[in-house]
Amino acid sequence: MALGERDKITGQMTTGHEWNGIKELNTPVPRIVYFFLIAMGGFAILWTVLMPSWPGINGYFRGLLGADQHAAVIQSVEQAQVERASWTSRIDSEDFASIQADEELMTIVRQTGAALFGDNCAACHGTNAQGGPGFPNLAAAPIMWGDDPEIVAETIRVGINGTSPETRFAQMLAFGRDQMLERADIDAVVAYVETLSQPDLVATADPAMLATGAELFAANCAACHGENAQGMIETGAPNLTDEHWIYGGDHSSIRSSVYNGRIGTMPSWEGRLTPTDIKLLTLYVLDLRASQ
Amino acid sequence: MIADLTRAERQWAMMILGALGIVGLAMAVAGRNDLLGIHGWIVLAAGLGGFIAFMRGKDAPEPSDDRLNEYYDAPTRLGIILTLLWGVVGMGAGLWVASLLAWPELTFDAAWASFGRLRPVHTSGVIFGFGGNALIATSFHVLQRTTRARLPDQISPWFVLLGYNLFCVIAASGYLMGLTQSKEYAEPEWYADIWLVVVWVVYFAIYMRTLARRKEPHIYVANWYYMAFILVVAILHIVNNLAVPVSFGSAKSYSLFSGVQDAMTQWWYGHNAVAFFLTAGFLGMMYYYLPKRAGRPIFSYRMSIISFWGITFMYMWAGSHHLHYTALPHWVQTLGMAFSVVLLVPSWASAGNALLTLNGAWHKVRDDAVLRFMALAAIFYGITTFEGSFMAIRAVNSLSHYTDWTIGHVHAGALGWVAMITFGSLYSIVPSMWKRPSLYSAKLVEVHFWLALSGTVVYVFAMWNSGVIQGLMWRTYTESGTLSYSFIDSLVAMHPYYIARAFGGLLFLLGALVALYNVVMTIRMPAPATEDAALDIPVQPALQAGE
Repeated sequence: MALGERDKITGQMTTGHEWNGIKELNTPVPRIVYFFLIAMGGFAILWTVLMPSWPGINGYFRGLLGADQHAAVIQSVEQAQVERASWTSRIDSEDFASIQADEELMTIVRQTGAALFGDNCAACHGTNAQGGPGFPNLAAAPIMWGDDPEIVAETIRVGINGTSPETRFAQMLAFGRDQMLERADIDAVVAYVETLSQPDLVATADPAMLATGAELFAANCAACHGENAQGMIETGAPNLTDEHWIYGGDHSSIRSSVYNGRIGTMPSWEGRLTPTDIKLLTLYVLDLRASQ
Repeated sequence: MIADLTRAERQWAMMILGALGIVGLAMAVAGRNDLLGIHGWIVLAAGLGGFIAFMRGKDAPEPSDDRLNEYYDAPTRLGIILTLLWGVVGMGAGLWVASLLAWPELTFDAAWASFGRLRPVHTSGVIFGFGGNALIATSFHVLQRTTRARLPDQISPWFVLLGYNLFCVIAASGYLMGLTQSKEYAEPEWYADIWLVVVWVVYFAIYMRTLARRKEPHIYVANWYYMAFILVVAILHIVNNLAVPVSFGSAKSYSLFSGVQDAMTQWWYGHNAVAFFLTAGFLGMMYYYLPKRAGRPIFSYRMSIISFWGITFMYMWAGSHHLHYTALPHWVQTLGMAFSVVLLVPSWASAGNALLTLNGAWHKVRDDAVLRFMALAAIFYGITTFEGSFMAIRAVNSLSHYTDWTIGHVHAGALGWVAMITFGSLYSIVPSMWKRPSLYSAKLVEVHFWLALSGTVVYVFAMWNSGVIQGLMWRTYTESGTLSYSFIDSLVAMHPYYIARAFGGLLFLLGALVALYNVVMTIRMPAPATEDAALDIPVQPALQAGE
């Protein structure tokens, strides 16, 4: 074996090996390395004694502390439920009017509802419930199926065109695609519907066309949207005379709605949200509307 | 390249390329109704293209035997260039996916540009394209210098380098087409996996055959690490990718594992890919280029031994810390955490060994950006391994898991350690590989250093902040005992950090572009270097009878 030489800077001997000019010192391993090796090793062994660890043939060593992640999670969930029960029991048992009248409970509704809404509703209705293309504005627009608390809670529970057997069902028919109306008739009814929310358009429109449109509306649309076109909560058809639109109130959007029809979906939340959560969301949304 | 092979070797190469072309044709025919067919055409083009190149060059005169008295550096040279090119591609893809997280509309409604497809292009591009090529290129260089022996034959190094890059191309193009087996860092499908096994076995054989021919009595530490890297990656790759193809005409396969066994196998693989690909291999690089550049002996041979065996033994068991608080049994999590905590000691011993090696050379660290890259890499290695052991503690993990903290941790390692040690090593061998007196510009190395350091710091701090905020928001409760924030609230809070992260990534990418430019300009410099070149040769074999 080659002889080592002394390194001037460290005073240590080299091992005597050399690879293309690289040498190695034979410096002893610093004590601190052994210290930490023993300390960390000791901690690791201690930890495996305390916690579930080493496997055997028929199971594993359970650890002296008896920790178990499944039991722990079940216990924390139960404990959290017990802690929340002080107010959830009141939400469950009291009716909407008395909860709405109780400022203390409504503070909890506002705190809790925001995260519930954000995680479950905001993806479609927007973080501020302001809606978006295809999804109604819950904060300001009239609610098509009715804004009575019981009705709103029921809409959340069963959804619209959803998977629940009790789901609310509504569809805007495809009058053009399914050839229920001629092209000229569609133009007429669209022109008429536009004037409902924008009366100043009447001045520039063709009166004969508007008259035809009004007739067609009465024959084809009024059954769902109502004779005055203000929508009907029995059918879930929207009000066409206000400034709120789900799919857009400009000419081409309205025409597309009449021609191709619309069938929006709101999921059935029963089974995905607890009855308490559904009630909380109902209160939260109605409170949001009240504050606007 | 072709001119350096003998006629017999050219015939061998043509047979291999012809066989590759036939396999490609078979894939193209069998998979004509599947995306596999497109990969068949790529393989066919690779085989045929190589075959045609050899047809044109097959009658070149025989090379002189003198070449066998030199080190075989041509594969290393190409490997260095491929490393830098893949670096730009992989980091560019990284910048894109980072921007996608801040501005999701950057997909331009194209399926191939969606986050899910581009993200593996980034991870595979930097890990396998950039890191893998760097490891192959430097391992050939280090192996020859530390054994004083030339690589054992003329074809297999090319087979490994080019075959490996074919794998990378198949992988990246597959991701863009939507081909993935959904295992993180092991996304390529079954046929790409089989090809990589073939390449890898040849790679290991090169290592063993060269070591067997070594003219040095001892095997240097760097080679322990390179061998651990090659051997363990082979084991990990084969086990984790065990799968049954739907048919030989289909790119799709189904893993042999399912459920929690699948998750455990995947993270045993995933964590050891970090350990043996991104750590052991690059430690091999550090153990050669850092002392060489510093002109100092390794601080402690004994500490090398402790670190090496500590790292190779302990890492193997740490993978389950990726699955804390999941369906994985609690006892497996405890063991993963225990091993991860002890792992800190050999990791820090390695980082310490590197930094203490610089004793007596700190003035060089100050003056020489190339050495500074490597010194900084060792520091980041220490930071990242501390963070890793810390995050493996179950209680810490309950905060950090699923957050950007993990991303920050990974990039402290990937940018700060892997990329810095790679750039330092490449800068230190590029002049001698092309027989140039120096790099084109030392100032550009300095520019690159500061771009890389500031990019890494911006990136890592953005993700630390973002991750901790995310983790805290997810576990904050109101006084009523319900969650304070919705998930989307945490996304809104992330947005500024995502922009900062993209900016950090941009700085790092600019640094890589500077490196590519500097290396290309170095290669294009005219002045040939003569100094030391005469010494950089293998030990000459004794004259054989009959010569």
